[in-house]
Amino acid sequence: MTSTLNTAPTTDGEVKIDTEERIKIRDIEIVDVIVMVGSAISALALSYFFFQILLPVSGALGFLVCWYIFFNIISTVAVWELRGAIKAKDHLARIFIWTGGMAAVVPLILVLAYVIGKGYHSLRPQFFTQDQKFVGALSESTEGGGAHAIVGTLEQVGIASLISVPLGITTAVYLNEVKGRLTKPLRMIIDAMSAVPSIVAGLFIYAAWILALGNQQTGLAGSLALAVLFLPTVTRTSEVVLRLVPGGLREASLALGGTEWRTTSRVVLPTAKSGLVTAVILGVARVIGETAPLILTVGGAFVMNANPLSGKQDALPYFVFRLIRFPQEAQVARAWTGALVLVILVLVLFVIARAIGGRGPDNISRLKKRRLKRKGLA
Amino acid sequence: MSVIGQSAPSDLAGDSAPEHVVDPVVRRSGVDRIFRGVASSSGIITFILMGLIGGFLLLKGYDALKVAGWGFLTDSEWAPDQGGKFGIAAILPFTVQIAVVALFIAVPVALSTALFITEYAPRKLRRVLTAMIDLLAAVPSLIYGLWGLFYLQPRLITLSKWMADHMSWVPFFHVDDQYGTSLGIFPSSTFVSGVIVSLMVIPICTAVMREVFSQAPPGEREGAMALGGTRWGVVRDVILPFGRGGIIGGSMLGLGRALGETIAVTLIISPAFTAKWSILDQGSNSIAALIALKFSESSTFGISALMAAGLALFIITLLVNAAASTVVSKSRSGASTEI
Repeated sequence: MTSTLNTAPTTDGEVKIDTEERIKIRDIEIVDVIVMVGSAISALALSYFFFQILLPVSGALGFLVCWYIFFNIISTVAVWELRGAIKAKDHLARIFIWTGGMAAVVPLILVLAYVIGKGYHSLRPQFFTQDQKFVGALSESTEGGGAHAIVGTLEQVGIASLISVPLGITTAVYLNEVKGRLTKPLRMIIDAMSAVPSIVAGLFIYAAWILALGNQQTGLAGSLALAVLFLPTVTRTSEVVLRLVPGGLREASLALGGTEWRTTSRVVLPTAKSGLVTAVILGVARVIGETAPLILTVGGAFVMNANPLSGKQDALPYFVFRLIRFPQEAQVARAWTGALVLVILVLVLFVIARAIGGRGPDNISRLKKRRLKRKGLA
Repeated sequence: MSVIGQSAPSDLAGDSAPEHVVDPVVRRSGVDRIFRGVASSSGIITFILMGLIGGFLLLKGYDALKVAGWGFLTDSEWAPDQGGKFGIAAILPFTVQIAVVALFIAVPVALSTALFITEYAPRKLRRVLTAMIDLLAAVPSLIYGLWGLFYLQPRLITLSKWMADHMSWVPFFHVDDQYGTSLGIFPSSTFVSGVIVSLMVIPICTAVMREVFSQAPPGEREGAMALGGTRWGVVRDVILPFGRGGIIGGSMLGLGRALGETIAVTLIISPAFTAKWSILDQGSNSIAALIALKFSESSTFGISALMAAGLALFIITLLVNAAASTVVSKSRSGASTEI
C-alpha cells in the first residue's frame, strides 16, 4: 500500500520527480521496537524489585498486573519523550484497546480448556449409549451415561426448531419483503421478545401449557419453552440476512413480471439461503444450552424416555445442572462429562455454521464456483 | 411491494412536477394475497405470543399479588408458603447490583474489543476475533456458571479480600469486620456472580458496538486521517461520537441480559433476603435465580408468587430493552443494499 505512490513515477526512468518522502502509517520503525522491548525489560526489572522485594506479596497474577502497569507508564513516557504528547496518547490508547480485545478472548479459552480438562476423564463411548438406570450415587463415574439426556435435548431442540424456524423466517419475510403497517411495532416486539429472560419463557410455558391447559411436564413442554426463546433469535438474524439481499435483484424479478411470491421464493430466499442456514444453526447452538426454562418444564429423568409427548424427559443442560450439585465425586464427574458433550455439540454446530455461511450472499463458495466453472458460467 | 412503493416517487418524478406522481396501482394475484396473508399472520402470532407471556404471568401471579398487595414491592422476605410475607424489595436490588457489576466489567471490555476489531486489529486477526466473540455468545451460560463456580471463584475471592482490605472506603466494598475479613466470607457474593455474568454480556455489547462503529462514515474517518490525526484521534473524534448511540444502546441491551441471567447466578450465589450495600461478602440473590431455586419446593401459592416475581422481571427487562432499542435505532443504521 505504501509503495504504490513511490514507485509509480520512477518506472519509465526519465522524469524523476523529487517526491517528498511519504509518511508511513503502518510501518514499524526500529526505534519503536527498541522502545517497546526496552520498556518491557525495565518494567520487568522494576516490578521484580517492587513486587518481590518491597511488597510482602507474591503470586504470578499480581506480578503480571504489576508488570503491565509499569510497562504502560514506562513506554508512554518513552514515547512522549521521543515523539511528543499526541503520539504518547495514541500509544496509550492502543495498549488499552489491545488489552481489552485480548481480555474478551482469554476467558473463552480458559473456559473451554477447563471444561475439556474436567470432562474427558469419564468420557466413554457408553456415555452416548447408556442412561442412568443402573447407576447409584456411589457408582464409578465411568458407569452409565447420558444417552437419555442427549436424546431428550436433541428431541426438544428439534421440535423447537420445527416450530420456530418456519415461523421466524416467515416473520422475517414479512418484515423485509411484504412490509405493512405492522412492520415497525413488530420489529419492536421482536426486539423486546429477544430480551425475555429464559426463566420467564419457562414460567410462561409452565403457566400456560402445564397449569392452565392441564398438561404434564414433558419434553414437548420443554420444546415449547425453547421455541419461545428461539423465535426472536431466528427472526432477527434472518431479517438481517434478508436485508443483505440486493434490492436490485428484487426489482429485476418484479420487472420481469414475477409476482411477489415468486420473487420471494425464487429470488430472495435462494440468494439468502446460506445466510439463513447459518442463522438457524447459530440459533440452535444458543438454544441447545438453555437450562433455565427446562428446569420448569421437562421434569428431568434418569432413564431413557424417547417420547417427548408423555412422561418426564431429561435434557443435557438440566442433567449437568442437577448432577453438579450432588456431593458425590462420581456424580460431579458425570456432570462435567455432560458439560463437555454440551460444549462439543455447541462447537460442532458453530463450526458447521461458519463453514456454510459467514459470507455475504453475493460471495459464491469455492465449491459452487467450481461447479459454475464446469458449466462455463463463471 | 416495498420496492415499488419506495422507489416510485423518486424515480418516476423525473422532470415532471411532483404533484403528477401517482402511487402505482398494484393488482395482486390470488397467490400473492395468500402469501401476504401467511406472512402477516406469522407476524401477528408473534404479537399474540408476547401478549400471552405477559397475560399468563399476570393471570397466574394475580393470586399472590392480591394477597401481597403493595407489600410485594416493599417486603424483603420470601415466605409465601409459610403464610409469611413475600416481596422483591431485597431481591430486586440484588438483581440490579449483579447487573451493574457485570456492566462495569463488560462495557469497557466490549468497547475496547469493538474498537479493536473495527479499527486496530490486522485483517486476519479481525476475522478470528469476530468468530471468537460469536463463540463466546454461543457457549451456554450453564458452562460459564460451572467454570465460575469451580475455577474462577476460588481465585477471585483473593481479589475480593484485597478490595475489602484496601478499598473499604468505597461503600460497596465495605465489609462488616465483625468476623474479620477471612477468605471464607467472600464466595457466593454479588461481586463473583457479577463477574461471571459479565462474560455473557460482553458478546452482546460487543456485537452492537461493532455494528455501529463499522458504519462510521469513511469520509469523516479519512478526513481525520488526512488532517494528520493519529489512530486514537480518529477513534476519539470520529468513531466514538458517531457510535455513541450504539455504545449506550449496547450497554443497555447488555443490562437487559444481565438482569435476566439465571443459571450462572443460581450456581454461584447463596440466597440472601436482606438488601445490603456491600457486594463483596457472601449472600446475594436475583429474581431469576429465586425462581429457579424455589420452583421445585413451592406449593401452588408459592408458584403463584414466583409468577408475580417473573412478571416483575419481564416488565423490567422489557422497559430496559425498549429504551435500548430506541437509542440504537436513533443512531444511523443500514438500510437495504443496492446493486
